[in-house]
Amino acid sequence: MRKVIDSNIENYKNLLKSYIETQDERSLYGVEMMSKSFLKNNILPEEIVNLHIQALEDLYPDLSEEIKHSMNFLLEAMISYGLKHQEIQTLREQQIALKSEISVAASMQDTFLKTDIPTIEGLDIGAISAPAHQMNGDYYHFVKGKNGTLGMAIADVIGKGIPAALSMSMIKYAIDSYPEESMEPNVILENLNRVVERNVDPNMFITMIYAQYSPAYNKLRFSSAGHEPGFHYYAKDNRFEELKTKGLALGVLADVEYQEYELKMEKGDMVIFLTDGVTESREEDRFVEVEEVLDVIRKYKTYSAQEIVNHVYKYFERLQDFQLRDDFTMIILRKEV
Amino acid sequence: MELSIDLVEKSNHLIIRLSGEIDAYTVPKLKESLLPLTQKSGSVVEVDMESVSYMDSTGLGVFISALKSTKENDSHMKIMNLNDRVYRVFKITGLDEIMDIGRSNKVERK
Repeated sequence: MRKVIDSNIENYKNLLKSYIETQDERSLYGVEMMSKSFLKNNILPEEIVNLHIQALEDLYPDLSEEIKHSMNFLLEAMISYGLKHQEIQTLREQQIALKSEISVAASMQDTFLKTDIPTIEGLDIGAISAPAHQMNGDYYHFVKGKNGTLGMAIADVIGKGIPAALSMSMIKYAIDSYPEESMEPNVILENLNRVVERNVDPNMFITMIYAQYSPAYNKLRFSSAGHEPGFHYYAKDNRFEELKTKGLALGVLADVEYQEYELKMEKGDMVIFLTDGVTESREEDRFVEVEEVLDVIRKYKTYSAQEIVNHVYKYFERLQDFQLRDDFTMIILRKEV
Repeated sequence: MELSIDLVEKSNHLIIRLSGEIDAYTVPKLKESLLPLTQKSGSVVEVDMESVSYMDSTGLGVFISALKSTKENDSHMKIMNLNDRVYRVFKITGLDEIMDIGRSNKVERK
Protein backbone atom coordinates (compact mmCIF):
# COMPACT_ATOMS: atom_id res chain seq x y z
CA MET A 1 0.00 0.00 0.00
CA ARG A 2 2.79 2.28 1.02
CA LYS A 3 4.30 1.66 -2.41
CA VAL A 4 1.20 2.83 -4.22
CA ILE A 5 1.32 6.13 -2.32
CA ASP A 6 5.08 6.57 -2.73
CA SER A 7 4.98 5.96 -6.45
CA ASN A 8 2.32 8.65 -6.79
CA ILE A 9 3.89 11.42 -4.66
CA GLU A 10 5.54 13.18 -7.58
CA ASN A 11 2.54 12.82 -9.84
CA TYR A 12 0.18 14.16 -7.17
CA LYS A 13 2.45 17.10 -6.49
CA ASN A 14 2.56 18.05 -10.18
CA LEU A 15 -1.19 17.77 -10.59
CA LEU A 16 -1.77 19.87 -7.50
CA LYS A 17 0.68 22.51 -8.62
CA SER A 18 -0.84 22.73 -12.06
CA TYR A 19 -4.33 23.03 -10.61
CA ILE A 20 -3.39 25.71 -8.08
CA GLU A 21 -1.77 27.74 -10.83
CA THR A 22 -4.28 27.32 -13.69
CA GLN A 23 -7.38 25.50 -12.31
CA ASP A 24 -7.33 23.33 -15.45
CA GLU A 25 -9.71 20.41 -16.08
CA ARG A 26 -6.85 18.13 -17.05
CA SER A 27 -5.32 18.02 -13.59
CA LEU A 28 -8.75 17.42 -12.04
CA TYR A 29 -9.18 14.48 -14.39
CA GLY A 30 -5.68 13.28 -13.45
CA VAL A 31 -6.45 13.28 -9.74
CA GLU A 32 -9.75 11.53 -10.35
CA MET A 33 -7.91 8.67 -12.09
CA MET A 34 -5.42 8.55 -9.27
CA SER A 35 -8.10 8.33 -6.59
CA LYS A 36 -9.74 5.47 -8.46
CA SER A 37 -6.49 3.57 -8.37
CA PHE A 38 -6.16 4.38 -4.63
CA LEU A 39 -9.64 2.93 -4.01
CA LYS A 40 -8.70 -0.21 -5.88
CA ASN A 41 -5.64 -0.58 -3.66
CA ASN A 42 -7.58 0.04 -0.43
CA ILE A 43 -5.76 3.31 0.34
CA LEU A 44 -7.42 4.92 3.37
CA PRO A 45 -8.71 8.53 3.34
CA GLU A 46 -6.20 9.71 5.96
CA GLU A 47 -3.35 8.44 3.81
CA ILE A 48 -4.57 10.69 0.99
CA VAL A 49 -4.75 13.69 3.35
CA ASN A 50 -1.23 12.86 4.43
CA LEU A 51 -0.11 12.74 0.81
CA HIS A 52 -1.72 16.14 0.31
CA ILE A 53 0.14 17.61 3.31
CA GLN A 54 3.48 16.29 2.00
CA ALA A 55 2.87 17.67 -1.48
CA LEU A 56 1.80 21.04 -0.10
CA GLU A 57 4.88 21.33 2.13
CA ASP A 58 7.19 20.41 -0.78
CA LEU A 59 5.58 22.96 -3.09
CA TYR A 60 5.30 25.76 -0.53
CA PRO A 61 8.07 25.41 2.10
CA ASP A 62 7.04 28.60 3.85
CA LEU A 63 3.43 27.53 4.40
CA SER A 64 1.85 29.26 7.38
CA GLU A 65 1.67 27.37 10.68
CA GLU A 66 -2.11 27.80 10.71
CA ILE A 67 -2.49 25.91 7.41
CA LYS A 68 -0.17 23.16 8.66
CA HIS A 69 -2.14 22.72 11.89
CA SER A 70 -5.39 22.77 10.01
CA MET A 71 -4.17 19.97 7.73
CA ASN A 72 -3.27 17.80 10.73
CA PHE A 73 -6.67 18.55 12.14
CA LEU A 74 -8.29 17.32 8.90
CA LEU A 75 -6.11 14.20 9.04
CA GLU A 76 -7.54 13.34 12.46
CA ALA A 77 -11.07 13.99 11.25
CA MET A 78 -10.63 11.49 8.41
CA ILE A 79 -9.55 8.56 10.57
CA SER A 80 -13.02 7.22 11.36
CA TYR A 81 -13.82 7.21 7.65
CA GLY A 82 -10.82 4.98 7.19
CA LEU A 83 -12.07 2.59 9.86
CA LYS A 84 -15.50 2.43 8.20
CA HIS A 85 -13.85 1.72 4.88
CA GLN A 86 -11.99 -1.22 6.38
CA GLU A 87 -15.24 -2.49 7.87
CA ILE A 88 -16.82 -2.52 4.43
CA GLN A 89 -13.94 -4.58 3.15
CA THR A 90 -14.51 -7.13 5.91
CA LEU A 91 -18.25 -7.21 5.23
CA ARG A 92 -17.60 -7.78 1.57
CA GLU A 93 -15.43 -10.77 2.37
CA GLN A 94 -18.01 -12.12 4.80
CA GLN A 95 -20.70 -11.75 2.17
CA ILE A 96 -18.69 -13.80 -0.28
CA ALA A 97 -18.22 -16.48 2.40
CA LEU A 98 -21.97 -16.49 3.18
CA LYS A 99 -22.87 -16.77 -0.46
CA SER A 100 -20.69 -19.79 -0.86
CA GLU A 101 -22.14 -21.36 2.31
CA ILE A 102 -25.66 -20.84 0.98
CA SER A 103 -24.72 -22.49 -2.25
CA VAL A 104 -23.31 -25.45 -0.31
CA ALA A 105 -26.61 -25.61 1.64
CA ALA A 106 -28.56 -25.45 -1.62
CA SER A 107 -26.63 -28.32 -3.11
CA MET A 108 -27.01 -30.37 0.10
CA GLN A 109 -30.72 -29.68 -0.12
CA ASP A 110 -30.70 -30.99 -3.68
CA THR A 111 -29.03 -34.17 -2.47
CA PHE A 112 -31.48 -34.61 0.43
CA LEU A 113 -34.51 -34.07 -1.75
CA LYS A 114 -33.32 -35.93 -4.79
CA THR A 115 -36.00 -38.18 -6.20
CA ASP A 116 -35.68 -40.35 -9.27
CA ILE A 117 -38.56 -40.67 -11.65
CA PRO A 118 -39.44 -44.36 -11.41
CA THR A 119 -40.44 -46.62 -14.28
CA ILE A 120 -44.10 -47.51 -13.97
CA GLU A 121 -45.66 -49.88 -16.42
CA GLY A 122 -47.74 -48.03 -19.01
CA LEU A 123 -47.11 -44.59 -17.53
CA ASP A 124 -45.01 -41.79 -19.05
CA ILE A 125 -43.82 -39.39 -16.35
CA GLY A 126 -42.33 -35.92 -16.72
CA ALA A 127 -41.27 -33.60 -13.90
CA ILE A 128 -39.47 -30.28 -13.58
CA SER A 129 -38.79 -27.99 -10.63
CA ALA A 130 -36.83 -24.76 -10.91
CA PRO A 131 -36.12 -22.37 -8.04
CA ALA A 132 -36.54 -18.61 -8.44
CA HIS A 133 -33.62 -18.00 -6.05
CA GLN A 134 -30.87 -20.17 -4.70
CA MET A 135 -33.05 -22.51 -2.69
CA ASN A 136 -36.23 -24.16 -3.92
CA GLY A 137 -39.43 -23.94 -1.86
CA ASP A 138 -41.21 -26.33 -4.20
CA TYR A 139 -40.80 -30.03 -3.96
CA TYR A 140 -41.86 -33.20 -5.71
CA HIS A 141 -41.36 -36.76 -4.70
CA PHE A 142 -41.94 -40.14 -6.34
CA VAL A 143 -42.01 -43.52 -4.71
CA LYS A 144 -42.64 -46.89 -6.32
CA GLY A 145 -44.64 -49.40 -4.27
CA LYS A 146 -44.00 -53.15 -4.15
CA ASN A 147 -47.09 -53.92 -6.20
CA GLY A 148 -46.07 -51.58 -9.02
CA THR A 149 -48.06 -48.55 -7.81
CA LEU A 150 -46.72 -45.03 -8.00
CA GLY A 151 -46.84 -42.64 -5.06
CA MET A 152 -46.36 -38.99 -5.92
CA ALA A 153 -46.24 -35.74 -3.98
CA ILE A 154 -46.05 -32.15 -5.18
CA ALA A 155 -45.68 -29.42 -2.59
CA ASP A 156 -45.13 -25.71 -2.18
CA VAL A 157 -43.95 -24.22 1.08
CA ILE A 158 -45.29 -20.74 1.70
CA GLY A 159 -42.87 -18.39 3.27
CA LYS A 160 -39.96 -17.74 1.01
CA GLY A 161 -36.27 -18.33 1.10
CA ILE A 162 -34.01 -20.57 3.08
CA PRO A 163 -36.16 -21.40 6.16
CA ALA A 164 -39.00 -22.40 3.87
CA ALA A 165 -36.77 -24.57 1.73
CA LEU A 166 -35.29 -26.28 4.77
CA SER A 167 -38.68 -27.37 6.06
CA MET A 168 -39.09 -29.42 2.88
CA SER A 169 -36.48 -31.89 4.08
CA MET A 170 -38.69 -32.53 7.09
CA ILE A 171 -41.61 -33.34 4.79
CA LYS A 172 -39.55 -35.70 2.70
CA TYR A 173 -38.25 -37.65 5.67
CA ALA A 174 -41.71 -37.83 7.18
CA ILE A 175 -43.10 -39.32 3.95
CA ASP A 176 -40.20 -41.76 3.75
CA SER A 177 -40.89 -42.99 7.25
CA TYR A 178 -44.50 -44.04 6.59
CA PRO A 179 -44.94 -47.77 6.02
CA GLU A 180 -46.12 -48.66 2.55
CA GLU A 181 -49.48 -50.08 3.66
CA SER A 182 -50.51 -46.69 5.03
CA MET A 183 -49.75 -44.83 1.82
CA GLU A 184 -53.29 -43.67 1.20
CA PRO A 185 -53.30 -40.09 -0.01
CA ASN A 186 -55.70 -38.72 2.60
CA VAL A 187 -53.97 -40.54 5.47
CA ILE A 188 -50.57 -39.29 4.36
CA LEU A 189 -51.82 -35.69 4.31
CA GLU A 190 -53.45 -36.09 7.72
CA ASN A 191 -50.15 -37.35 9.16
CA LEU A 192 -48.08 -34.68 7.46
CA ASN A 193 -50.45 -31.99 8.69
CA ARG A 194 -49.70 -32.97 12.28
CA VAL A 195 -45.95 -32.91 11.60
CA VAL A 196 -46.09 -29.48 9.99
CA GLU A 197 -48.50 -27.99 12.54
CA ARG A 198 -46.24 -28.99 15.42
CA ASN A 199 -42.90 -28.11 13.93
CA VAL A 200 -43.20 -25.16 11.63
CA ASP A 201 -43.37 -21.45 12.36
CA PRO A 202 -46.99 -20.13 12.44
CA ASN A 203 -46.26 -17.89 9.46
CA MET A 204 -45.28 -20.82 7.33
CA PHE A 205 -47.49 -23.44 5.78
CA ILE A 206 -47.34 -26.00 3.03
CA THR A 207 -49.72 -26.89 0.23
CA MET A 208 -49.54 -30.37 -1.22
CA ILE A 209 -51.20 -32.91 -3.45
CA TYR A 210 -50.49 -36.55 -2.77
CA ALA A 211 -51.49 -39.01 -5.48
CA GLN A 212 -51.26 -42.71 -5.97
CA TYR A 213 -51.53 -44.44 -9.34
CA SER A 214 -52.33 -48.08 -9.69
CA PRO A 215 -51.47 -49.49 -13.15
CA ALA A 216 -53.58 -52.59 -12.56
CA TYR A 217 -56.78 -50.51 -12.37
CA ASN A 218 -55.65 -47.38 -14.31
CA LYS A 219 -56.84 -45.41 -11.35
CA LEU A 220 -55.39 -42.34 -9.78
CA ARG A 221 -56.39 -41.56 -6.20
CA PHE A 222 -55.44 -38.21 -4.79
CA SER A 223 -55.97 -35.73 -1.97
CA SER A 224 -55.14 -32.06 -1.78
CA ALA A 225 -54.04 -29.91 1.12
CA GLY A 226 -54.87 -26.46 -0.20
CA HIS A 227 -52.77 -26.96 -3.31
CA GLU A 228 -53.20 -25.35 -6.71
CA PRO A 229 -55.68 -27.57 -8.60
CA GLY A 230 -54.34 -30.01 -11.16
CA PHE A 231 -55.88 -30.94 -14.51
CA HIS A 232 -57.10 -34.06 -16.23
CA TYR A 233 -56.55 -34.10 -19.98
CA TYR A 234 -59.04 -36.29 -21.79
CA ALA A 235 -57.30 -37.50 -24.94
CA LYS A 236 -60.55 -38.69 -26.49
CA ASP A 237 -62.04 -35.16 -26.50
CA ASN A 238 -58.78 -33.17 -26.52
CA ARG A 239 -60.04 -31.27 -23.47
CA PHE A 240 -58.81 -30.35 -19.98
CA GLU A 241 -60.82 -30.50 -16.83
CA GLU A 242 -59.78 -28.92 -13.56
CA LEU A 243 -59.46 -31.38 -10.68
CA LYS A 244 -61.78 -29.83 -8.13
CA THR A 245 -60.50 -30.60 -4.68
CA LYS A 246 -61.08 -29.32 -1.18
CA GLY A 247 -58.71 -29.43 1.75
CA LEU A 248 -56.91 -27.08 4.08
CA ALA A 249 -53.21 -26.33 3.63
CA LEU A 250 -50.85 -28.24 5.95
CA GLY A 251 -49.91 -26.63 9.24
CA VAL A 252 -52.89 -24.30 9.76
CA LEU A 253 -55.01 -26.35 12.21
CA ALA A 254 -54.03 -29.32 14.36
CA ASP A 255 -56.60 -31.89 13.29
CA VAL A 256 -57.74 -31.90 9.71
CA GLU A 257 -59.38 -34.63 7.68
CA TYR A 258 -58.76 -34.83 3.98
CA GLN A 259 -61.05 -36.11 1.29
CA GLU A 260 -59.83 -38.62 -1.24
CA TYR A 261 -60.71 -38.31 -4.93
CA GLU A 262 -60.36 -40.80 -7.73
CA LEU A 263 -60.14 -40.67 -11.49
CA LYS A 264 -59.74 -43.20 -14.25
CA MET A 265 -57.10 -42.68 -16.90
CA GLU A 266 -57.73 -43.83 -20.46
CA LYS A 267 -55.13 -44.23 -23.18
CA GLY A 268 -53.39 -40.93 -23.93
CA ASP A 269 -54.95 -39.19 -20.93
CA MET A 270 -52.72 -36.91 -18.89
CA VAL A 271 -52.86 -35.64 -15.35
CA ILE A 272 -51.06 -32.36 -14.75
CA PHE A 273 -49.94 -31.10 -11.36
CA LEU A 274 -48.29 -27.74 -10.82
CA THR A 275 -47.45 -25.11 -8.20
CA ASP A 276 -48.74 -21.54 -8.01
CA GLY A 277 -45.40 -20.33 -9.34
CA VAL A 278 -46.92 -21.28 -12.67
CA THR A 279 -50.36 -19.69 -12.31
CA GLU A 280 -49.19 -16.64 -10.38
CA SER A 281 -46.50 -15.72 -12.86
CA ARG A 282 -46.81 -12.31 -14.43
CA GLU A 283 -45.59 -10.70 -17.55
CA GLU A 284 -45.12 -7.03 -16.74
CA ASP A 285 -48.60 -6.14 -15.48
CA ARG A 286 -50.40 -9.03 -17.06
CA PHE A 287 -51.25 -12.17 -15.13
CA VAL A 288 -50.79 -15.48 -16.83
CA GLU A 289 -54.09 -17.25 -17.05
CA VAL A 290 -54.36 -20.98 -16.58
CA GLU A 291 -55.70 -21.32 -20.12
CA GLU A 292 -52.34 -20.18 -21.42
CA VAL A 293 -50.55 -22.98 -19.57
CA LEU A 294 -52.96 -25.53 -20.98
CA ASP A 295 -52.56 -24.18 -24.51
CA VAL A 296 -48.81 -24.73 -24.31
CA ILE A 297 -49.35 -28.30 -23.07
CA ARG A 298 -51.82 -28.92 -25.89
CA LYS A 299 -49.36 -27.58 -28.43
CA TYR A 300 -46.68 -30.07 -27.38
CA LYS A 301 -48.95 -33.00 -26.57
CA THR A 302 -47.30 -35.33 -29.07
CA TYR A 303 -43.98 -35.07 -27.24
CA SER A 304 -42.93 -37.15 -24.23
CA ALA A 305 -44.18 -36.05 -20.80
CA GLN A 306 -40.70 -34.83 -19.87
CA GLU A 307 -40.40 -32.82 -23.10
CA ILE A 308 -43.79 -31.22 -22.47
CA VAL A 309 -42.88 -30.00 -18.96
CA ASN A 310 -39.55 -28.73 -20.31
CA HIS A 311 -41.34 -26.78 -23.04
CA VAL A 312 -43.82 -25.24 -20.61
CA TYR A 313 -40.96 -24.20 -18.34
CA LYS A 314 -39.05 -22.60 -21.22
CA TYR A 315 -42.18 -20.77 -22.33
CA PHE A 316 -42.65 -19.19 -18.89
CA GLU A 317 -39.01 -18.44 -18.44
CA ARG A 318 -39.08 -16.47 -21.68
CA LEU A 319 -42.33 -14.75 -20.70
CA GLN A 320 -40.81 -13.54 -17.45
CA ASP A 321 -37.63 -12.46 -19.14
CA PHE A 322 -35.66 -15.36 -17.67
CA GLN A 323 -36.18 -14.02 -14.16
CA LEU A 324 -38.65 -16.27 -12.34
CA ARG A 325 -40.58 -14.52 -9.57
CA ASP A 326 -41.49 -17.75 -7.86
CA ASP A 327 -40.35 -21.37 -7.87
CA PHE A 328 -41.78 -23.33 -10.77
CA THR A 329 -42.79 -26.98 -10.60
CA MET A 330 -44.82 -29.16 -12.94
CA ILE A 331 -45.49 -32.87 -13.17
CA ILE A 332 -47.24 -34.69 -16.01
CA LEU A 333 -48.40 -38.30 -15.85
CA ARG A 334 -49.60 -39.82 -19.13
CA LYS A 335 -51.12 -43.20 -19.67
CA GLU A 336 -49.40 -44.73 -22.64
CA VAL A 337 -51.41 -47.80 -23.53
CA MET B 1 -45.75 -1.67 -5.89
CA GLU B 2 -46.48 -0.39 -2.40
CA LEU B 3 -49.00 -1.31 0.23
CA SER B 4 -50.62 1.44 2.24
CA ILE B 5 -52.39 0.80 5.51
CA ASP B 6 -55.03 2.99 7.16
CA LEU B 7 -56.44 2.31 10.56
CA VAL B 8 -59.80 3.48 11.91
CA GLU B 9 -60.38 2.76 15.57
CA LYS B 10 -63.79 2.86 17.29
CA SER B 11 -63.35 1.42 20.79
CA ASN B 12 -63.25 -2.36 20.21
CA HIS B 13 -64.09 -2.16 16.54
CA LEU B 14 -61.00 -1.76 14.39
CA ILE B 15 -61.05 -1.26 10.66
CA ILE B 16 -57.81 -1.69 8.79
CA ARG B 17 -57.91 -0.56 5.16
CA LEU B 18 -55.28 -1.95 2.82
CA SER B 19 -54.50 -0.73 -0.62
CA GLY B 20 -51.88 -1.88 -3.08
CA GLU B 21 -50.24 -5.28 -3.36
CA ILE B 22 -49.48 -7.88 -0.72
CA ASP B 23 -46.37 -9.87 -1.52
CA ALA B 24 -43.06 -10.91 0.03
CA TYR B 25 -41.92 -7.26 0.07
CA THR B 26 -44.96 -5.70 1.71
CA VAL B 27 -45.81 -8.60 4.03
CA PRO B 28 -43.56 -7.48 6.95
CA LYS B 29 -45.37 -4.13 7.04
CA LEU B 30 -48.79 -5.80 7.05
CA LYS B 31 -47.74 -8.20 9.80
CA GLU B 32 -46.49 -5.35 11.94
CA SER B 33 -49.83 -3.50 11.73
CA LEU B 34 -52.27 -6.41 11.78
CA LEU B 35 -50.95 -8.73 14.49
CA PRO B 36 -51.05 -6.26 17.43
CA LEU B 37 -54.71 -5.50 16.62
CA THR B 38 -55.70 -9.14 16.99
CA GLN B 39 -53.92 -9.35 20.33
CA LYS B 40 -56.47 -7.07 21.97
CA SER B 41 -58.93 -9.28 23.80
CA GLY B 42 -62.51 -8.86 22.63
CA SER B 43 -61.64 -6.71 19.64
CA VAL B 44 -63.24 -7.10 16.23
CA VAL B 45 -60.75 -6.49 13.44
CA GLU B 46 -62.17 -5.79 10.02
CA VAL B 47 -59.67 -6.00 7.20
CA ASP B 48 -60.91 -4.10 4.17
CA MET B 49 -59.20 -5.46 1.06
CA GLU B 50 -61.23 -3.55 -1.53
CA SER B 51 -58.15 -1.78 -2.91
CA VAL B 52 -55.83 -4.78 -2.81
CA SER B 53 -55.21 -5.71 -6.41
CA TYR B 54 -52.91 -8.63 -5.81
CA MET B 55 -51.89 -10.96 -3.03
CA ASP B 56 -49.52 -13.88 -3.31
CA SER B 57 -49.31 -16.84 -0.99
CA THR B 58 -46.85 -15.18 1.42
CA GLY B 59 -49.71 -12.81 2.34
CA LEU B 60 -51.73 -15.79 3.51
CA GLY B 61 -49.05 -16.54 6.11
CA VAL B 62 -49.86 -13.26 7.87
CA PHE B 63 -53.60 -13.96 7.86
CA ILE B 64 -52.97 -17.43 9.28
CA SER B 65 -50.83 -15.98 12.10
CA ALA B 66 -53.53 -13.39 12.71
CA LEU B 67 -56.21 -16.10 12.82
CA LYS B 68 -54.18 -18.09 15.35
CA SER B 69 -53.75 -14.94 17.38
CA THR B 70 -57.51 -14.22 17.42
CA LYS B 71 -58.08 -17.67 18.88
CA GLU B 72 -55.47 -17.17 21.57
CA ASN B 73 -56.67 -13.69 22.47
CA ASP B 74 -60.41 -14.08 22.11
CA SER B 75 -60.69 -11.52 19.34
CA HIS B 76 -62.26 -11.79 15.90
CA MET B 77 -61.00 -11.04 12.38
CA LYS B 78 -63.21 -10.41 9.40
CA ILE B 79 -61.70 -10.08 5.92
CA MET B 80 -63.84 -7.95 3.62
CA ASN B 81 -64.26 -6.99 -0.01
CA LEU B 82 -61.84 -9.35 -1.69
CA ASN B 83 -61.58 -9.19 -5.44
CA ASP B 84 -61.87 -12.46 -7.36
CA ARG B 85 -58.16 -13.00 -7.81
CA VAL B 86 -57.39 -12.50 -4.13
CA TYR B 87 -60.39 -14.55 -3.08
CA ARG B 88 -59.13 -17.44 -5.22
CA VAL B 89 -55.95 -17.68 -3.11
CA PHE B 90 -58.04 -18.06 0.08
CA LYS B 91 -60.32 -20.58 -1.58
CA ILE B 92 -57.64 -22.85 -3.02
CA THR B 93 -55.80 -23.12 0.28
CA GLY B 94 -59.05 -23.99 2.08
CA LEU B 95 -58.80 -20.90 4.29
CA ASP B 96 -62.16 -19.56 3.12
CA GLU B 97 -63.77 -22.34 5.17
CA ILE B 98 -62.08 -21.48 8.45
CA MET B 99 -61.97 -17.68 8.19
CA ASP B 100 -64.70 -15.04 8.22
CA ILE B 101 -64.39 -13.83 4.64
CA GLY B 102 -66.61 -11.59 2.55
CA ARG B 103 -66.16 -11.15 -1.19
CA SER B 104 -66.33 -7.88 -3.05
CA ASN B 105 -69.45 -5.78 -2.54
CA LYS B 106 -69.49 -5.13 -6.24
CA VAL B 107 -69.83 -8.80 -7.03
CA GLU B 108 -72.59 -9.33 -4.47
CA ARG B 109 -74.65 -6.47 -5.81
CA LYS B 110 -74.76 -7.90 -9.31
